[in-house]
Amino acid sequence: MSAALALRYRHRHLLGIQGLSREEIEALLDISETYVAFNRGADKKRDLLAGRTLINLFFENSTRTRTSFELAGKRLGGDVINMQAASSSIKKGETLIDTAMTLNAMHPDVLVVRHPESGAVNLLSQKVDCAVINAGDGSHEHPTQALLDALTIRRRRGRLEGLLVAICGDILHSRVARSNIQLLTIMGARVRVIAPPTLLPGGIERMGVEVFYDMRRGLADCDIVMMLRLQTERMQGAYVPSIREYFHFYGLDREKLAEARPDALIMHPGPMNRGVEIDSEVADDIDRSLIREQVEMGVAVRMACLDLLTRKLRSNEDGDGDP
Amino acid sequence: MATLRRPLVLVNARLIDPASGRDETGGLLVIDGRIVEVGPWVNGEGLPDEAEVVPCGGHCLAPGLVDMRVQLREPGEEHMETIASGAAAAAAGGVTTMVCLPNTDPIIDDVAAVEFIARRARETRLAKVYCYAAVTRRLEGRDLVEMGLLAESGALAFTDGLKAVADAQVMRRALSYVRAFNRLIIQHPEEPRLAEGGMMNSGELATRLGLSGIPGAAEVMMIERDLHLVAMTGASYHAAHLSTAAAVEAIRGAKARGLPVTCDTQPAYFSLNETAVGDYRTFAKLSPPLRGEADRQAIAAAVADGTIDCVASDHAPHDQESKRVPFAHAAPGIIGLETLLPLTLQLYHKGQGRLIDLLRRVTSAPADLLGLPQGRLAKGAPADLLLFDPDRPGRIEVDRFRSKSKNSPFDGDPIQGRVLRSVVDGRTVFAAAD
Repeated sequence: MSAALALRYRHRHLLGIQGLSREEIEALLDISETYVAFNRGADKKRDLLAGRTLINLFFENSTRTRTSFELAGKRLGGDVINMQAASSSIKKGETLIDTAMTLNAMHPDVLVVRHPESGAVNLLSQKVDCAVINAGDGSHEHPTQALLDALTIRRRRGRLEGLLVAICGDILHSRVARSNIQLLTIMGARVRVIAPPTLLPGGIERMGVEVFYDMRRGLADCDIVMMLRLQTERMQGAYVPSIREYFHFYGLDREKLAEARPDALIMHPGPMNRGVEIDSEVADDIDRSLIREQVEMGVAVRMACLDLLTRKLRSNEDGDGDP
Repeated sequence: MATLRRPLVLVNARLIDPASGRDETGGLLVIDGRIVEVGPWVNGEGLPDEAEVVPCGGHCLAPGLVDMRVQLREPGEEHMETIASGAAAAAAGGVTTMVCLPNTDPIIDDVAAVEFIARRARETRLAKVYCYAAVTRRLEGRDLVEMGLLAESGALAFTDGLKAVADAQVMRRALSYVRAFNRLIIQHPEEPRLAEGGMMNSGELATRLGLSGIPGAAEVMMIERDLHLVAMTGASYHAAHLSTAAAVEAIRGAKARGLPVTCDTQPAYFSLNETAVGDYRTFAKLSPPLRGEADRQAIAAAVADGTIDCVASDHAPHDQESKRVPFAHAAPGIIGLETLLPLTLQLYHKGQGRLIDLLRRVTSAPADLLGLPQGRLAKGAPADLLLFDPDRPGRIEVDRFRSKSKNSPFDGDPIQGRVLRSVVDGRTVFAAAD
């Protein structure tokens, strides 16, 4: 990893895409790129994080993101501890700040935090001495997801600039959408959001996106179609009347996809609700669907994030020249 | 095999078309159910021999009435009215298009119910029948119906009928969601907790009669709340059967601010005031209730000046068992299909509005609001027509009504204006005997 790349990232934490510069995002993607190749090799172990402790602190259930961070940490040689809120003292009524102080006293090097409330990860980051990576907070941000999506697109299309990307579905509750909108617009892509009006947050157009209620019109000429997961409890009348209606108007199927560019690619952060937001036929189309590739890129991106955020520690202690 | 229908030509009529502003003597030619020519030059000459020529004797030829608010009781309460009996009443009343409320049994809140109405409507050739779908499932005010699928299957707009969508969050989401499908939300504007248990308008008369009252404020406060939600969501909103001056002012103000809002009333609110309840007359029990005289006058003025966009019959058939009971127990509502035209014409006779403007409220205004092609005398439009004599005097005789139910407070009232002929898609569906 070149020192020049690392120089371009100026923050102690990774709390969101907001606040990152185009250069910083490019640095993260460039470093991620090297880990993609590394992960495809036979020997998947480095000692970059040897002696470092990484705690995965998850206040919300997640298998794939937690596993992805765990693998990333272990492949870089770190010690990884997983803490699920269900089995922690949170259940016993400890406040978030007390939890942060307790963990801080154990001297971890990196905390990876997911929390159901927006802003909780920012709050926690102010109370600890280590680096914090936001693995998703409420409806706010999920920066590593946006980075892995960007990496996936960049590898397939060679660029992000000038692409037309449609993000479809539950924008209102989606941290993935918010992080992606910011990252993609910073990188010069054009972003459309497609959703029923009840699933669009107020003022979304002020984030630099075009808004569509009609999926067919919204998909016209798109290069990338990003589908979002819609939780079933939101499909019973409050936001959307029924699964049937949602799939009819906003589910991605062959017919609607035909409105996009013929080489348009399909993405989904997972886990998918087949037959709700996406038809199996398109989700499993190996020529169009990037869904499995996204998972692969996820590990590489998280390795790059851990690499970058621990670089300062390493340089302080080892004096190896990296700032 | 398609049989060729004879061309129909109506000549020597006073053509009144609110949509275009036309008011002149002339004629109108109908071929295959559509208007193909209209104007002073249509005089019956140069037509094929088989054409049916109807001399109109200088009477008014207007678009058939579009009644945007009726209850037809089918399915579920066919002893009070059916789509067929309602259509017969409509034809006699000059109403060629009806839109019915979803408060049937089962409730019109799914695609199957809309398709049932559409099928029965096709069988009933006396009038065109459309329906609204509910805003919320089972009219419970909680979960949204499948608005997209319902709109595709033919629901013209969404309303919970006689119930207000009371929950502000539900109303906000309904207004928001419906924008994807460009349909109207029609509200029964009444704050339900304020109206609960009320039987008539609040005030001195209610006090003297010992009946609990519904304050006029119940109407305007629901409208004011909804106007804020309309401003938030940008959806099109329609307030049904306005009864108070305050509500009219609220709508007037909203229109001046450019909000996409419209409203209607029904003839009782500009024809009667609360004194009609008089000696506990259940036929004068309405929802919202008949108001005081100042409100009645304000409603009449708003119909004349267009602040109230549409007039609908609010046809609400009830059987004897629903009305021959103590006032508190009586079902609200009156029949109106056969009195919509003459009661609306009374405003004209009293000098409270031009004929063409009043006709607009019952033809092109509701048709435009609901996206219907009828309601106008235009080339290419469906030949849904009404020939009437606005001046002929008579009496309202409920016993002669086609409607299965007879609950009208206007029985015996002297009236001016008579339907001479109703035409649906070029077919004469009603012709006056004399």
